[in-house]
Amino acid sequence: MNFVVDIVVTLKPSVLDPQGTTVKEAFHSMGYSKVDDVRMGKYMEVTISAGSKEEAQGKADEMCRKVLVNPVIETYSFDIKEQEKQEVN
Amino acid sequence: MLRFGVVVFPGSNCDHDCYYAIKHFVSDKVEFIWHKSDKINELDCIVLPGGFSYGDYLRTGAIARFSPVIEQVKRFARQGKLVIGICNGFQILLESGLLPGAMLRNRSLRFVCKYVSLKAVNTSIPFTCEISKNDILKIPVAHGEGNYYIDPQGFEELKKNNQIVFRYCDAQGNIDDASNPNGSVYNIAGICSKEGNVLGMMPHPERCCDARLGSLDGLAVFQSILKSLTLSH
Amino acid sequence: MMEDKKITKELVYEHGITDGEYEKILSILGREPSFTELGVFSVMWSEHCSYKNSKYWLKKFPTTGPSIMVKAGDENAGIIDIGDGLAVSFKIESHNHPSAVEPFQGAATGIGGIIRDIFTMGARPIALMDSLRFGKLSKPNVKRLLDGVVGGISHYGNCIGLPTVGGEIYFDETYEGNPLVNVFCLGILKHEDIALGCARGIGNSVYYVGAATGRDGIHGATFASEELTDEDRRPSVQVGDPFMEKLLLEACLELLQTDAVVGIQDMGAAGLTCSTCETASRGNAGIEIHLDKIPQREKKMSPYEILLSESQERMLVIVKKGREKEVENIFKKWDLHAVNVGKVTDGNMMRVFFHGDMVVEIPAKSLADDAPVYRREYVEPEYFNRLKNMDLSGVKIPADLSDCLKILLSDPTIADKSWVYEQYDYMVRTNTVVLPGKADASVIRLKKTDKLLALKTDCNGRYCYLDPYQGAMAAVAESARNVVCCGAKPLAVTDCLNFGNPMKKEIFWQFKNCVEGIIKACNKFETPVTGGNVSFYNETSNGAIDPTPVIGMVGLIDKEEYVTTSGYKNIGDTIVLLGPLDSSIGGSEYLSLIHNIKGGALPEFDIDLEKRVQDCCLFLIKSGIIQSAHDISEGGLAVSLSESCILGSGEKQFLGASIEISLLDERIDGILFGERQSRIIISIKPQDLESVIAQADTFGIPCTVLGKVVPDLLEIRYDGETIIREPVSGLSSVWNRELASSMA
Repeated sequence: MNFVVDIVVTLKPSVLDPQGTTVKEAFHSMGYSKVDDVRMGKYMEVTISAGSKEEAQGKADEMCRKVLVNPVIETYSFDIKEQEKQEVN
Repeated sequence: MLRFGVVVFPGSNCDHDCYYAIKHFVSDKVEFIWHKSDKINELDCIVLPGGFSYGDYLRTGAIARFSPVIEQVKRFARQGKLVIGICNGFQILLESGLLPGAMLRNRSLRFVCKYVSLKAVNTSIPFTCEISKNDILKIPVAHGEGNYYIDPQGFEELKKNNQIVFRYCDAQGNIDDASNPNGSVYNIAGICSKEGNVLGMMPHPERCCDARLGSLDGLAVFQSILKSLTLSH
Repeated sequence: MMEDKKITKELVYEHGITDGEYEKILSILGREPSFTELGVFSVMWSEHCSYKNSKYWLKKFPTTGPSIMVKAGDENAGIIDIGDGLAVSFKIESHNHPSAVEPFQGAATGIGGIIRDIFTMGARPIALMDSLRFGKLSKPNVKRLLDGVVGGISHYGNCIGLPTVGGEIYFDETYEGNPLVNVFCLGILKHEDIALGCARGIGNSVYYVGAATGRDGIHGATFASEELTDEDRRPSVQVGDPFMEKLLLEACLELLQTDAVVGIQDMGAAGLTCSTCETASRGNAGIEIHLDKIPQREKKMSPYEILLSESQERMLVIVKKGREKEVENIFKKWDLHAVNVGKVTDGNMMRVFFHGDMVVEIPAKSLADDAPVYRREYVEPEYFNRLKNMDLSGVKIPADLSDCLKILLSDPTIADKSWVYEQYDYMVRTNTVVLPGKADASVIRLKKTDKLLALKTDCNGRYCYLDPYQGAMAAVAESARNVVCCGAKPLAVTDCLNFGNPMKKEIFWQFKNCVEGIIKACNKFETPVTGGNVSFYNETSNGAIDPTPVIGMVGLIDKEEYVTTSGYKNIGDTIVLLGPLDSSIGGSEYLSLIHNIKGGALPEFDIDLEKRVQDCCLFLIKSGIIQSAHDISEGGLAVSLSESCILGSGEKQFLGASIEISLLDERIDGILFGERQSRIIISIKPQDLESVIAQADTFGIPCTVLGKVVPDLLEIRYDGETIIREPVSGLSSVWNRELASSMA
């Protein structure tokens, strides 16, 4: 079975995010004064094959910890769904 | 003769500069180490040069730490031998856990290339033994992600263990926000391991070892390495 | 299937092919082209690839000389001998349209393309420069473009590890909506390492290496040959991957050290199509490729799309039969996937197959060399004589000339550009002997030799609008003068000719006159044209840009001690003007900025005098007399003096100048801010004045003692009266601040 893992990596709340701050300031200068905070992050879509959803989950978590995330500054979360059948061709 | 090795990742671009500076001004015995190497020759000091090791996709230095050579570098460091990471090399040392902390994008969100002033605040390690404490060095930086971050607890550790080696300052030696080119915590430009045998620094000492390029201050770092190695031999 | 698309008149026109051109296609093929073949002809015969509108005139450029090893037009870039068995290869190219649409990626892929042009010649790229033009910085969209373009150059150049050592930036409303992004790359090689883009040797293998092919940039080449319309062109933008390029660069240079390679060519404009037919054409051979073997990153791509894609970071390599494994191993070392996609064949046909079916069969030469060549009509535009004869005597001389000086120094075109170059890694490779902004040109050393190179790009579009012939001559003259001021002998030029729509007779008149100006000046300076690029259709709904033939000049410095910078060095040094004093304000930045006038006759320009001034300056530099040299350009004498003061000032001491001018009955604003060519301000030790005057006399040039270097103040007196008296610290902060604060 193929699973699609949607992974979101963001900077930890305690870490300053200069990109997010810049975007927030841009919002404010455009008149969106109600924007309190902007945090930027990374989105990754990983397709993996696994015997079960649990197995995929385990793999995804391991990949996040080992490669995709630097735990010093970043946190992550992900969603897993089974991939829809590919169209034949 | 002391033996230096310069690690070459596919995206390294200061590898030749390091090689050239060492060869011409420090030690005749210098060799390149290909990142796929799982064995390295007898060496006294390993240099992780600047560049964009693997295009710096994901995070700077993030992929490089999976190169076979990094295991060798780790083993080398565990033996107490000298490892210096410059710019991207520093980022790799952080990602591979040889040094604490992490790099964020510069607070300007822009790449910055210019000469900066550094204060040498720890001159008791092999990389700075030829520099007088609180001396000011003029060495260029060139990076997009040199904004050093460490959590408060880790920062206390750094201070306690005297691991902070270089701090950004102005020409007169004042350490303030205006002289911080990237937003680093505590104006940190370079740190070392607890044992003092692994140094990571964002500025490029290899770019100022040649009088023809305007400053000789980078040579002080390499001369320190040379002296400490000569003494220990 | 798209292949079956019927060829209709509309489809032919959509491909930008005229009736006459279609007739020619029919006669070449002896049949109707397929849809794919029509696409192939359309990109190869586009202006961008074929230079069909400009070729007649470009052929007139001086392209030969004792040091030319590969001539303009023969290969991807020219090659010049610099002695000691070494040669340089350099070229400038435009990426205007992609940068207008997506500034970051547009500029980045421009850098990628020009670097590939250089390393395919077998040269190791060692330096980049950029010549940029934007609208007025007060416009928010201009800021976005500047930020994006500089960011894109920084991203690509820094990542691949090439120093961006110089260039120029102008801000003028003529470029609003149509910025110019011209990128220059220079590489160095040993004579024996020249690589050629040709396919020969029947049975030799054709390899595809680099990034996989996607649908990006399809019809990029035809796109660059049309006026910019709006949103609909967006999908044509390509995304660059500097890391992939770095791998390609290292792998290709390693590969070229073996003798397994017959030819090598990058896939730039018109992608696979262009590289295939051009290599075959140069090698007088046929070629066949199989599209189903081409690595693809999108599904269900048609032959038309695969052939016309302009995905970046791809190369075509012709490999000797039997040496394939060796080549594959080198690519593997660099984690690159090299695919054998075809072979060199007997005859002259380019044949393209897709799953066994032949989808293209066209004589390679007819695509690469037989594009139609047009002699476009031209007519002198109405504005030319009107503006030339504009009476400027009524222009009021402002009361506060100090204020004018400060306005000029803060003009982003003149002001300090460190906001830009500090985003570029200008020091990597540790060859940058003179850091950006410190001299009239950039200077890099060549390790293991005594030689250095001075590089500069120049062009003032306003001059070229007011007088295309003289303006283009001035562009060559200024670029030569700039490298001379650094201690170099001008060697050769590359040019990037940016113009509006060539179908308009007035535009073509500008083009023709600029080309003639370049020819005249290049002959005078003995600097052949080694190649370059033409960018037409630089127009928006507001009209065409000012004609902007950017000149990239390379000069050779024989010894390190000749390297000369712009800043004053010592208090007490004598300041001398080589060349004439002058007061004409026509076409100047001063006239434009202070009086909002774009007009007047350009100041007198005598190219023989120019050459003598440069020769004299270089002679004095080599004699070891000159402490600093800085030419007079935008902003005139007063700005040039100010810059030498600012650049000579250090952290502890500001250097100023005390200047005394007497030139009775001439307008003082013109003396201060006029922009006559052929002038260099030098500083020397007082005891050397006599020999400078003697040499100026020998070279037959005017020479005027202006004053001396003093601490802190810039003071200019005119016939005894103080006109300007400003602390250099103040001028410096005005000059330093402007660009950075506009972009903060």
